[in-house]
Amino acid sequence: MSSNTPTEQRWARVAAEPFETTGPAGSFWRGTWGSVKAVWQRRELVWLLSRREVRARYKDSSLGMVWSLARPLAQLVVYYFAIGKVLGVSRAIPSFAIFVFIGLMGWTLLTEVVQKGTSSILSNAGLVKKVRLPREVFPLSAGGSAMFMFLVQCVILVVAVIVFDEIPAWTGLGYAVVGIAVLMILSYALALLLAGLNVYFRDIEHLVEVVFVVLFWASPIVYSFRFVHEFVGGTWIEQAYLANPVTAAIMGMQRGLWAPGGTESDLVVWPDDLALRLGIALAGALALLWFAQRVFARLQANFAQEI
Amino acid sequence: MSAPQIVRVDDLSKHFSLRKQKSLKEAALAAVRRGTAPDEFWALKDVSFAIDAGSTVGLVGHNGSGKSTLLKLIGGILEPTSGVVERRGRLAALLELGAGFHPDLTGRENIYLNAAILGLSRRETDQHMDEIVDFSGIEKFIDTQVKFYSSGMYVRLGFSVAVHVDPDLLLVDEVLAVGDEPFQRKCMNRITEFQREGRTIIVVSHSSGIVRQLCDRVLVLDGGSLVHDGDAQEGVDLLKALYRDQAALDLPTEERHTHAEATCRIDLVDATVTRHVGSTSLDVVVAVKVDHPMQAWGVKIALLTVDGVRLFDIDTFRLEQTLPDTAGVHQVRFRFDGIALGPGNYVVNAAVGPENAAAYDAIAAAASFEMPRMGQGNGLLHLEPQLDVSDSF
Repeated sequence: MSSNTPTEQRWARVAAEPFETTGPAGSFWRGTWGSVKAVWQRRELVWLLSRREVRARYKDSSLGMVWSLARPLAQLVVYYFAIGKVLGVSRAIPSFAIFVFIGLMGWTLLTEVVQKGTSSILSNAGLVKKVRLPREVFPLSAGGSAMFMFLVQCVILVVAVIVFDEIPAWTGLGYAVVGIAVLMILSYALALLLAGLNVYFRDIEHLVEVVFVVLFWASPIVYSFRFVHEFVGGTWIEQAYLANPVTAAIMGMQRGLWAPGGTESDLVVWPDDLALRLGIALAGALALLWFAQRVFARLQANFAQEI
Repeated sequence: MSAPQIVRVDDLSKHFSLRKQKSLKEAALAAVRRGTAPDEFWALKDVSFAIDAGSTVGLVGHNGSGKSTLLKLIGGILEPTSGVVERRGRLAALLELGAGFHPDLTGRENIYLNAAILGLSRRETDQHMDEIVDFSGIEKFIDTQVKFYSSGMYVRLGFSVAVHVDPDLLLVDEVLAVGDEPFQRKCMNRITEFQREGRTIIVVSHSSGIVRQLCDRVLVLDGGSLVHDGDAQEGVDLLKALYRDQAALDLPTEERHTHAEATCRIDLVDATVTRHVGSTSLDVVVAVKVDHPMQAWGVKIALLTVDGVRLFDIDTFRLEQTLPDTAGVHQVRFRFDGIALGPGNYVVNAAVGPENAAAYDAIAAAASFEMPRMGQGNGLLHLEPQLDVSDSF
């Protein structure tokens, strides 16, 4: 066989490739691996789309990216002086500014990824309708700017911890790593699930906002777990409170990154077996991510005609 | 080597239901009210075909025939209700130019983004960057945000990226007619080059010109079914015939103006086309019912295209024909021998009245007739040119 001309080379290559089949959706339980591979192949696109979000956000401002530092810095200052010192909360929670900053950092990551993700299919309607892509790309990259903000906040946290001389013990860092992992997995799982559903029920976007306002108070972000424990300790309410994976994740972050978290003190209380709870939360988040992907795969078949 | 198959479509169907509720409230209400079924239809029904690499296939059909749905199914943007689509090779779907362009990013940044969306890696994009910018012809503005671009510049850049994605299979939806004339020529040249390189192109187009010029095979869809698969010219003719059927349904509706005190009225208007060997004739019959005897009246007719272009009008006064001054039903027949109209539908207006005053009774679009295809060529007229080819010295 001679394959000298470009045409023949091309045809030979095409002839050697197996056919790729699209047909009606198969089993609900199978196909995750294929989707993961497809998304992995388009990782460059996920990166570019995330960067588009971040760059477009600060494109026309003269200070540009510097603004992304401004809000978390302002927050830190407000919590340190206004609430910590002036209102005196820091007497009940040592290093209050850092404590709140960690909680808010985690919470913002969750809410931003979920909210941006939920509307991502609709806000990329043009692409969804016109280009063949693994649709998981959109919720993934919508969280890109939230991830970027999270990284910026991490940097600020490191600087703040050094400046205030509140360096946490190395031994607790594992809690923080698992806590952050739970939050990220959980937020992407929810983003996928809600992004798919939002195409069919446009109310979800707004519902999510309201639910988050309520849930904000269901995790120890601006108060510490000690208050909950003193109030409802030993009852089923405490157990219900602790069953929330976001609560476990945020406490994991506080335990690892907030210097007093690793010390023995009357002011610092953690639930028993926080490590086990984090492990369960991680497993649960992973299971939810898998389930969300399966639902998303089912729903995405009709995206192009439903938008 | 012989061309391998690149696309196989087997027994493909796509069902759409037009759900209108998009909110939880409406969905809940619909669930309670279950009685009303949503609007459902088959956009495609049992379509099968295979495409060999290197061919250029036109998908034609009128609006709602399912051609864009089919293209999206081949491109994997929609999933079929039943049946399968199999495809291989690198695919590029040009359903929209500049898909994913962000107005706040510069032309160059958008090239990277758009190329990534179409499946090019960063390294490949870097390789083609100069060609892409050069082909688009907007070097001067490439580092300007695209929100300041004119719509022409926008599509040029989009097209330029698209043709530099090295596809084996290119799906094109009505995007070939972009930019000014020189740019269009550039695009067409590029497509011809693609064909020479053995790439496969599937193009959806309304333009029979483009289809005839580019395609070696045409699939005609009508109401979701494949009604023709093969020769491009036959396909285009069939499509025209389908358009004609559609046009027959879209004929202008009859409109009547009757003078209040008129004592006569048009009873019937009929137009018949008869084909003879070598010529075609049209007969228009107008029957007028006269209640009271009257003098100096005439009948006027006009032939028009369906979109209202007046082709010809004539009346009995100009033909110096006096009509009977008695009561009763009188029939006036206009006969046009050797009528040389192109294929399609036409309508007849008819009126009865005095020579230079308002008509007693007038009916617009009183009758219609269809001219058959009598030879080659298209247009309002049917002509039979003589061809003579000689070498010029």
